[in-house]
Amino acid sequence: MSNNVIISAKDVEVKFRVRDKYLTAIRNVSLDLYEGETFAIVGESGSGKSVFTKTFTGMLESNGKISNGSVMFHGMDLTKLKSDKDWEGIRGAKISTIFQDPMTSLNPIRTIGYQITEVIEKHQKISKADAKKQAIEMMERVGIPDAKNRFDEYPFQYSGGMRQRIVIAIALSCHPEILICDEPTTALDVTIQAQIIDLIRNLQKELGFTTLYITHDLGVVANVADRVGVMYGGQIIEYGTVEEIFFDPRHPYTWALLSSLPQIGEKGKDLYYITGTPPSLFNKITGDAFAPRNEHALNIDFEQEPPFFKVSDTHYAKTWLLDPRAPKVEKPEAIRDLHEKIKKMTEKGGAFYVE
Amino acid sequence: MSNEDREVILSIKNVDITFHTGHKKKVEAVKNANFDIYKGETFALVGESGSGKTTLGRAIMRINPCSAGEILFEGKRISGKISRADDRNVVRNIQMIFQDPAASLNERATIDYCVSEGLYNFHLYKNEQDRIAKVDKALTDVGLLPEHKSRYPHEFSGGQRQRVGIARALIMDPKFIVADEPISALDVSIRAQVLNLMNKLKTEKNLTYLFIAHDLSVVRFIADRIAVIHHGEIVEIAESETLFEYPIHPYTIALLSTVPMPDPIVEKNRKHIVYDPSQLDQSGEQREMRELRPGHFVYCTSKEFADYEEKISKLEKERNG
Repeated sequence: MSNNVIISAKDVEVKFRVRDKYLTAIRNVSLDLYEGETFAIVGESGSGKSVFTKTFTGMLESNGKISNGSVMFHGMDLTKLKSDKDWEGIRGAKISTIFQDPMTSLNPIRTIGYQITEVIEKHQKISKADAKKQAIEMMERVGIPDAKNRFDEYPFQYSGGMRQRIVIAIALSCHPEILICDEPTTALDVTIQAQIIDLIRNLQKELGFTTLYITHDLGVVANVADRVGVMYGGQIIEYGTVEEIFFDPRHPYTWALLSSLPQIGEKGKDLYYITGTPPSLFNKITGDAFAPRNEHALNIDFEQEPPFFKVSDTHYAKTWLLDPRAPKVEKPEAIRDLHEKIKKMTEKGGAFYVE
Repeated sequence: MSNEDREVILSIKNVDITFHTGHKKKVEAVKNANFDIYKGETFALVGESGSGKTTLGRAIMRINPCSAGEILFEGKRISGKISRADDRNVVRNIQMIFQDPAASLNERATIDYCVSEGLYNFHLYKNEQDRIAKVDKALTDVGLLPEHKSRYPHEFSGGQRQRVGIARALIMDPKFIVADEPISALDVSIRAQVLNLMNKLKTEKNLTYLFIAHDLSVVRFIADRIAVIHHGEIVEIAESETLFEYPIHPYTIALLSTVPMPDPIVEKNRKHIVYDPSQLDQSGEQREMRELRPGHFVYCTSKEFADYEEKISKLEKERNG
C-alpha cells in the first residue's frame, strides 16, 4: 500500500427518480482509495454500497444520476462523463467490476473464449491470434486447468467457481488499475469462496491493482481488507484499518453489526439484534440515520447530522458519541475481547487457526 | 444427555435417492444416509451446493421419493407408498420453512390467506372466527401483528416475510420442521432476529428442527448436533461442539478451515485446507457409519477408522494433559 490516492470521491450524492419521487441513495460520501490497497465496503442491503461504487464506472441505472460531488481519477472528474464513448477508455480498461452471480454476468450462448477475447480486442487493438493467446494465458492465470481445450466451451459447461474465475479473467484481461468486486463470492460455496478470495489476493500481488470489495459478510472483510468502510443509510459512517474496525469500533451501528453475528453468539442465549428497520431514503433524513434504532442515541442525534470525528490518523467515525461533550458509552459486552473470543473458538479443531 | 434414553422422532435408514436423468443416466443425490433425529433437538445438515442436503430434506417432506431405504417418523414408515391418512398426517406434522421468503409466498395473496392456506387444505378450523383466531395467534407468535393480515407479502421487509413463512408452518401445529436455509437470504441483523425466533419457538412449542444450511458458523450457534454431507454421503455426525473441537473426517476439516470468521488476525493467519479425496482409503471396501466416540459418527472403512481412532486419541491426550 502506498500513499498515492488513485481515486478520490468527494461529497458524492446519488438520486434515483422512482414514480415521480426522488430517492437519495447516496448522501455525500467521500472516499479516497490508495494505490494497491484492498478497501472493503460493508453494509446491509439497501445501504447504498453497490450504488456508490457504480459511480466509479458510470453504471448507474438510467433513472439515477449523480446530483452532487466529484469522483477524481487521474485528474479527470468521472461524474462529468456522459456517453458510453466517454467511458470507453475507463470502464473495463482502467476500472473493472466483478459481479455477484457469474451465471448472469456471462453470456450463455457465447463461448468462454469469445467472451474473453472480445474484451481484449475491443480495448487493445491487436490481432485475433494474439488476443486468443492472451486470453488463454489469462485463463491459466486464474487457474483454469487445460485452458486451451476449455477455450471453446460454453458457460454451462463450467462449474460456479470456474465461471467466477472466468469473470475475473475477463475483468483483468485489460490490466485495470482498480478492480471492483461486488459481492464476488456470495453466490458461491464456502470452500470455493476461499479459493476465489485467495485467487484475487494472489493476482493483486502479481498485477498490483487496487481492490474495492463490496460485501455484507464480515468474515470475508476480515480476510481480505486492509481498510474498511461501514455504510448505513447511504453514508459511510465509519472507516479505518480492518483491525480498528473489528477491535476498536466506535459507531453504534458498527457495534450492532458485529454484535449480531451468529459466530460470536452464545448457545442458549439470544443473539443481539438491531430493532426497527433501515430508514426510507425517500424521506429527508435529519440527524444521524441510525438514531431511531440506536439504544445509545443522544438528543442531538435526532436533530443534527454528526460530522466525522477523528479516532486515529486512519480511523474516523460519524457519531456524536465521540464529541467531547457526549456521555461515555462503552461498546457492548458481546464484542469486547473479540479476538480472544474467536481465538478460543478456533484454536481447537486443529484446522482453524494457525498462529 | 446420553442418546439412548432420548426419543427418536425421525429416523433415516439406509436411504438412497437417485434421479434418472435420461436413458441409463442417473444421479445419485443421496447415498446410504443413516441417522436419527431426537425429539426436541435442532439437527443441522451442512454441505455445499449439490451435496444433496435439500434433496434429503425434501425426501422427508415426501417430495422426492427414496430409491432405497426408508424414513420413519415416530416409528412409522413415511417413505414410499403409504396410506392417504398417513400421508395427511405427515403433511400436517412435518412443515417446511424455505430459504427465500420473497419467492415462497404467493405475492398475489394476502398474508391472511398465505398463513391460513394449510388450515383451508385440512379444514382445521371450526368456523371463520376460529380460523381468524388461529391466524392471529400464529402471527403474534412470530412477532407480527394481527393487523398485518390484510397486507401483501411485498409490503414487508425480508425479515418480516421470513416470519410469515414461519407462521405459515406453525399454524399447522407441527411436531417437526424442515428449515431449508432459512436465513441465507437475509441480512446480518435480520438473521439474528430469525434465529432467536426459531430458538424461542422451539422451546415454547416443543419443536424439532432439521436445519439445512451451508454456513457452519451459523449452525454452531443454533444446532445441537451436526451432520456434514458431501457429494450425497453423510461423512460425519457429532454434537456441534464436538464437531468443532474434534473434526475428524478430512472433508469436515477442510470445510471448517474455510468458514469465514469476523476477526482479521485469525483470518489472516489461517490456512485454507483443500479436501483431497485421494487421501482416503482406496481399497474399495464399502464405507459405513462407525461410531468413533459416543455420539460421534464417521463414514469410513475399517482402515480409515483405525487412523481416525489414533488421531482422536492423540488429540484428546494433548488437550486433556
